[in-house]
Amino acid sequence: MKFTNLIKFLLATLIIFASNNAIAKTIKWSMQGDSLTLDPHAQNEGPTTQVSRQIYEALVTRGLDMSIGPQLATKWKAVDPNTWYFYLRDDVKFSNGQKMTSEDVVFSILRAKQPTSDFKEYISTISSVKAIDDYTVQIKTSKPNPILLNQLSNIFVMSKQWATDNFAIAPQNWDAGQETFSATNAMGTGPFKITLREPNTKTVFKKNGKWWGNVEHNITEIQLLPIKNAATRVAALLSGEIDIVTDAPVQDLARISSSGGHKVESTPQMRTIFLGMDQAADKLRTGNTGDNPFKKKEVRQALYQAIDIEAIKKKVMRGLSEPAGIITFPGVTGYTKALDKRLPYDVDAAKKLLADAGYPDGFDVELRCPNDRYVNDEAICTAVVGMLGKIGVNVSLFAQTKSKHFKELKDNQGDFYMLGWGVPTLDSHYVFHYLYESGASWNKVNFSDSDVDAAIRVMEGEVDLDKRNAAIAKAWKIVRDNIAYLPLHHQVISWASKSNVDVPIRPNNEPLFRFSRVN
Amino acid sequence: MVMLVVAFVSFSLFNFVGDPINNMVGEETSDEERAELRDTLGLTDPIHIQFSRFVVNASKGNFGISYQLKRPVSELISERLPATIELVLISALIALVSGTLLGVYTGINRKGFLSDIILAISLLGVSLPTFVIGILFIYLFAVILGILPSFGRGEVVSLGYWTTGFLTISGLKAIILPSVTLSLFQMTYIIRLVRAEMMEILQTDYIKFARARGIKEKSIHYKHALKNGLIPVITIAGINIGTLVAFSIITETVFQWPGMGFLFIQAVQFVDIPIMSAYLVFIAFVFVMINFIVDILYYFIDPRIRVKAEVVSG
Amino acid sequence: MDSKNLTLFNRIKDSDIYFSFIKSPTAVFSTIILIIIFFCSFFVELVTPYNPFDPSSLSLMDAFTPPSWTKDGLAKFILGTDGQGRDMLSTILYGSRISLIVGFSAVIFALILGVGLGLSAGYFGGKYEMIVMRLTDVQLTVPSILMALLVDGIARGIISREMHDEMAIYVLIFAIGISEWPQFARVSRAATLVEKNKDYVSASTIIGVSNIIIMIKHILPNIMRPVLVIGTIGLALAIIAEATLSFLGVGVPPTTPSLGTLIRLGNDFLFSGEWWITFFPAIFLVLLAFSINLLGDWMRDTLNPKLN
Repeated sequence: MKFTNLIKFLLATLIIFASNNAIAKTIKWSMQGDSLTLDPHAQNEGPTTQVSRQIYEALVTRGLDMSIGPQLATKWKAVDPNTWYFYLRDDVKFSNGQKMTSEDVVFSILRAKQPTSDFKEYISTISSVKAIDDYTVQIKTSKPNPILLNQLSNIFVMSKQWATDNFAIAPQNWDAGQETFSATNAMGTGPFKITLREPNTKTVFKKNGKWWGNVEHNITEIQLLPIKNAATRVAALLSGEIDIVTDAPVQDLARISSSGGHKVESTPQMRTIFLGMDQAADKLRTGNTGDNPFKKKEVRQALYQAIDIEAIKKKVMRGLSEPAGIITFPGVTGYTKALDKRLPYDVDAAKKLLADAGYPDGFDVELRCPNDRYVNDEAICTAVVGMLGKIGVNVSLFAQTKSKHFKELKDNQGDFYMLGWGVPTLDSHYVFHYLYESGASWNKVNFSDSDVDAAIRVMEGEVDLDKRNAAIAKAWKIVRDNIAYLPLHHQVISWASKSNVDVPIRPNNEPLFRFSRVN
Repeated sequence: MVMLVVAFVSFSLFNFVGDPINNMVGEETSDEERAELRDTLGLTDPIHIQFSRFVVNASKGNFGISYQLKRPVSELISERLPATIELVLISALIALVSGTLLGVYTGINRKGFLSDIILAISLLGVSLPTFVIGILFIYLFAVILGILPSFGRGEVVSLGYWTTGFLTISGLKAIILPSVTLSLFQMTYIIRLVRAEMMEILQTDYIKFARARGIKEKSIHYKHALKNGLIPVITIAGINIGTLVAFSIITETVFQWPGMGFLFIQAVQFVDIPIMSAYLVFIAFVFVMINFIVDILYYFIDPRIRVKAEVVSG
Repeated sequence: MDSKNLTLFNRIKDSDIYFSFIKSPTAVFSTIILIIIFFCSFFVELVTPYNPFDPSSLSLMDAFTPPSWTKDGLAKFILGTDGQGRDMLSTILYGSRISLIVGFSAVIFALILGVGLGLSAGYFGGKYEMIVMRLTDVQLTVPSILMALLVDGIARGIISREMHDEMAIYVLIFAIGISEWPQFARVSRAATLVEKNKDYVSASTIIGVSNIIIMIKHILPNIMRPVLVIGTIGLALAIIAEATLSFLGVGVPPTTPSLGTLIRLGNDFLFSGEWWITFFPAIFLVLLAFSINLLGDWMRDTLNPKLN
């Protein structure tokens, strides 16, 4: 009995000693959620990708400046609009020492196309993948695909051998709650490898000594410690238990940066927040007038002009937002400052518009909001409810968790809802294709305009840039004049960290620890 | 018997609260796929077969797969069990020791100034919700003073199936705030209980005789009085371990303690039935065990029970 | 003195309870506080000019106004405003009304159930009594918070999400009430056992008064004292339980916030310097529970020496 205690004690001292040694260059990273699964193809979701990105790599990737550059492929070329060749690095090893070849790339892309993959829609245009030799891969698409590189930057490469040995040839079936080795273990070519995985509690990444790249970081270990509650997360950062928080609550930024020893970095995020109003339904599901006031442009404009976006920016967003006039942001093809200008905030004009439209006493409607997706999403909605109340529109708020919110929107249950939209391709077409085209998958306001649809066709097929840009400008003008949506603001994201920890902030909220330093 | 009832309740929870299939698959799943899944899960069998299968599975620790986390519930529970047990044990210890000491003090010095203060604070303790204490502690010790961690278990050491925070400094530091927070409510109960017991016992004849025999006050208080006063304390403390397990839900939420309570509260919000029913069975098991242990402790401390039992068995 | 000439007021004034009440500063103090809180909460419309739940009356630009005595405070918002520009004082009083409604309803529910079962168990005895008492034993070992969480969890499964927000308050009352009834059952059974053997009960039985009448008209008034004590302490427990559940996010919805919900929502602003958003609801909650507990403590000492 005594003897085993002694051994335990010695063991403990050893471990304390060992862990103290390792603390030297450790980054403790926290955010609200954890990766859902380590299987790189099972879930296409923020934190999941953020974790996978440190361990796995893709053919091409976006660097710190968000431009696409080489990663596992050194160069690529399209021999015709539907056939691409990718030339791979020949010095890449997986963290278990095994060499990476085109077999692994082909395996991974095919794996991401399997029914249980969450990326199957994403790369649906890829019709075939072939290994030409050990370091050349041929990819064919079913139609010309201008955003293939962007898509491939999110398809991580796994080891065929490792996946086969561990019965993980197919991606984990997330929906059915399947358990696979690949969901709790990861083995990639990236700069870090996972040595400990306790879901929702702690994930430990260690430096991958076999990484092929030029090591620019000086980190030996990363610990991901998700903390659900925002206040606790900030408390942990302030008390020094956490080095970096990649979703710092806006209200706490002043406190954090004034604490000494901490810094806050902010950058505009590639995401615009807006409200949608169903313009097609004959009768609002949650209304009281027996018709659909949103069908009238005057009503939509009244709601628009009743929203005091500067107040939301100042009080709810603490200055960290950019009021928006269109659902796209600087840097995207087709964006102009003039388009992004909002209609003025004017309560009297709004009341008049409402009266002119035949609703002098307003109407009832329910506003659906997520409460854990966008920065202060629920607080924004609450503020909107108050502002619309002032022009007589009696809004009831229904805020719920993001998974339910999005699912119910998809099921066409929303009269009036909040949504945010990013543009990973940095081209306006992406916005029109999903939000404005008649019958588009996220066009839940049921906006439909034949001129806009025609312009979208031009965006897809026109090679003359001037003509294409003219089509984009025309489409933006139509949807803006129609007030198809109520744009609110462009989101700004903020990372808070200890002063000696440098993790470059990125507009897609994804840290790249291979560029990080602890000083 | 109790376990079987609880098993039935959690089984019904499983089966009648919504369609398990709907909770598992997305909208785009076809009706045939649903039917197939229903069949593979054995949901088409008669109820009594389903129930007996549930009991058999549960006794093997198999509660199915969490709707939300998509991992086996048994695995989730066993990962988080050590965290909760360690927290509850430390809290129980703190509550019992300090509660008894303070209770004895206030019981002996009935009119003392310090006693009044302790009692007033103990009443305040009953009125302070656990979560308010927790927030207060985090703000004071973690943020303002920066001496204790505000969340999690710190470094844990894995000993086979068990992970412990007792073997590292950060682990020991991490348990201080949550365990004190959790213990306060119980402590106030124990203070009041011990005080009442002491006051009652000090009035009894045998204490008066002891005094008359010239036995020292200290010896009377601790040897004679406290020993007898301990019996109800142990019962209450025993039952209170169950309460501590339940209240650890709050403490774990406030301190992000990776235990079962934290898991459970997230399950309730998400209506994650497999986790809820497993937790229910676990709690029932804890209660049955505690009652059993308390009965045994009784036997050793109270000679009357021992004598009775011997008479019955002999 | 002719007893017929005594008014109710005089009867109360001459009673020993009243005497010990005015002799106890804590009892007087806590009663005064409670009267103020109850009045302000139930007549909140008269007390404050603001209705924090009428969205059109709010101005977002008023958000995060600190309490009136601080540098940036405004006289019209004595305790400051929250993140949406709601006056904290009115929000707290509206919240306290919800907390009190839930607390009182839960206790009354528990009282009716507990006294009903306990009294009848004590009166009839036999197998029925055994079953009831066994039930209380089982129920007592299940901690209230767990019971309430389970009830809420099951309710969430059965009731649809839209309905749940409307039903939440009833679910909460049921959940808290169901966890408190055994206390009432035990006390009322014990008291009934004493009363049952008194001559007046036997006399009533002999002249053919029905059991129900005896229980309600004769025994019930005589066991009310201990029941009141348990009820008072139970009220404090119920209010804390409600706050805890709401804090955990399984209580009343944020659209009708109770004190616990307010603390949870305000918790987000604890580090950003807007301490008043969480501090005042917390202080108010503690004051409320503490006052009820003080009163309960005094009642226990005075009304029911045996429980001491």
